[in-house]
Amino acid sequence: MPERILIANRGEIALRILRACQKLGKQTVAVYTLIDSALPHLDLADETVCIGHYLSANDIVMAGLTRHCDAVHPGYGLLSENAEFAHLVEQAGMTFIGPTPAHIAQLGDKVSARKTLSNLGIPILPGSIDPVTSISDALVIANEIGYPLIIKAAFGGGGRGMRRVNTESELGAALNLAMGEALSGFGRSEVFIEKLLTAARHIEVQVLGDGNGTCVHLGTRDCSVQRRYQKLIEESPASSVSDDALKNLALKCASAMASLSYRNAATLEFLWENGQFYFLEVNTRVQVEHPVTEMVSGIDLVAAQLIIADTNLLPFDQSSVTIKGHAIECRILAEDASGQPGPGLISGMRLPGGPGIRLDSHIYVGYRVPHQYDSLIAKLVVHGEDRAMALARLKLALNELQIDGIATNVERLKRLTQDPDFVNDVIDTNWNPA
Amino acid sequence: MDIRKVKKLIELMESSDISEIEIKEGEESVRIARASASISHPTPAATLQTPAATAAETVQRPSGHVVTAPMVGTFYRSPSPGSPPFVEVGMRVKEGDTLCIIESMKMMNQINADKAGKIEAILVENEMPIEFDQPLITIS
Repeated sequence: MPERILIANRGEIALRILRACQKLGKQTVAVYTLIDSALPHLDLADETVCIGHYLSANDIVMAGLTRHCDAVHPGYGLLSENAEFAHLVEQAGMTFIGPTPAHIAQLGDKVSARKTLSNLGIPILPGSIDPVTSISDALVIANEIGYPLIIKAAFGGGGRGMRRVNTESELGAALNLAMGEALSGFGRSEVFIEKLLTAARHIEVQVLGDGNGTCVHLGTRDCSVQRRYQKLIEESPASSVSDDALKNLALKCASAMASLSYRNAATLEFLWENGQFYFLEVNTRVQVEHPVTEMVSGIDLVAAQLIIADTNLLPFDQSSVTIKGHAIECRILAEDASGQPGPGLISGMRLPGGPGIRLDSHIYVGYRVPHQYDSLIAKLVVHGEDRAMALARLKLALNELQIDGIATNVERLKRLTQDPDFVNDVIDTNWNPA
Repeated sequence: MDIRKVKKLIELMESSDISEIEIKEGEESVRIARASASISHPTPAATLQTPAATAAETVQRPSGHVVTAPMVGTFYRSPSPGSPPFVEVGMRVKEGDTLCIIESMKMMNQINADKAGKIEAILVENEMPIEFDQPLITIS
């Protein structure tokens, strides 16, 4: 029964995990690097430990062991989807708040995830089943599925290690480049090929499993507004697709993950085009955009993760999950108009508030945004009884939000969320107005 | 006072025009001054004037050459329980001499002197958990 939890992350998600732990009466141990000694959750944690860096599995496990932690929450990014880290945590006698190391490995490898989920009845994009290692393999697949296609790293993520191929003449060079990038970026050269959809929406399903064959879904999210394959605005539920199709997909996902006896939180990502869903990948951790699901379901997802890790039971069943209204999240980034990171000192701020408005953030006046880490400084989340009300609140909140001293994307988010295409919900993943 | 609070104060000060700041919290107090801080001081606290220091210098590290922890783990002064410590205060060490061990992931990592000199202070007790960058031993 974990009572003292090590938070192996930084920024807003470290604070989010700390809040869930404290809500459930758990003690917390926070780790931080020398650059990050001013993060606010460090003042709220029961104990803090300085570590060399956030990817140092040894430092993190030793911090947990020497401070008598019995569980580790990895958050998102960093070591959260590293099977070896999860294994080290468990070997040290602590609970990894997430899936088993075997599931992380099986689903983190995109080739194996495609195969596994396809076998469980989840629709996948036309493409290669096994890793592609030669131009002759690639040509066979390309002739089968046609152009444009996309080459992806089997162990890639975050939009890196992907190459679009428009014609056969580009295929050989693109394959070599993609394999080289995959090797240098992720340490593994395996790539695979999928048909490229050019006007698709990104839709995902939130799932929670108890590890013993029971899974529930918490509805869907639409994350079609992206920038360089990274999500910028996320919504729940995914309102552009019919309720029946979404419900059908969500139930299929829950049942597939149940048959794997999957434990804790997972997100199954899909593209949707011409009335069809195509599986993209599984994220075996809590997502950045989990708050939109919390707003429409009323369920504290991070607390649910802790309870599952505690009890190996789901704190609710499918029939008690009801989705109410509509939620939208905007990622507030420390970056200038051209998308370049804008670190620096926050000299002042005005934060939005009121009913249906939530801001998850670690920043404060006097906080210096470091250039070494991710540019995400806040998540603005709004909820309304329908999408129109959520949009109205979002407009208010973005107008109220002011962050001084650093460059942010707030003005850009105002333009995007008031653009008629966004308001009318007729966008796809390539939508990127100036 | 928490060292992180002091760091925050320094960062705040560096970004402002304040030349000197003093904070009291219960019995503890800290004063941070810029190198260019003026000698005159409007409050009675000025009677305790310390030599002007740069903001960075005000965060006190132990004096001498400080050997810090390169990893998180458990600090051991001797190679095995019951055996004599690697070093004692006052001992002379050569560069490369083992000063202590940090146990991390069941591995015993020897921490060696990166400078010859006399052991001035041992800042951590045997078998204590330590964090990254924590000062362990000073060499004069």
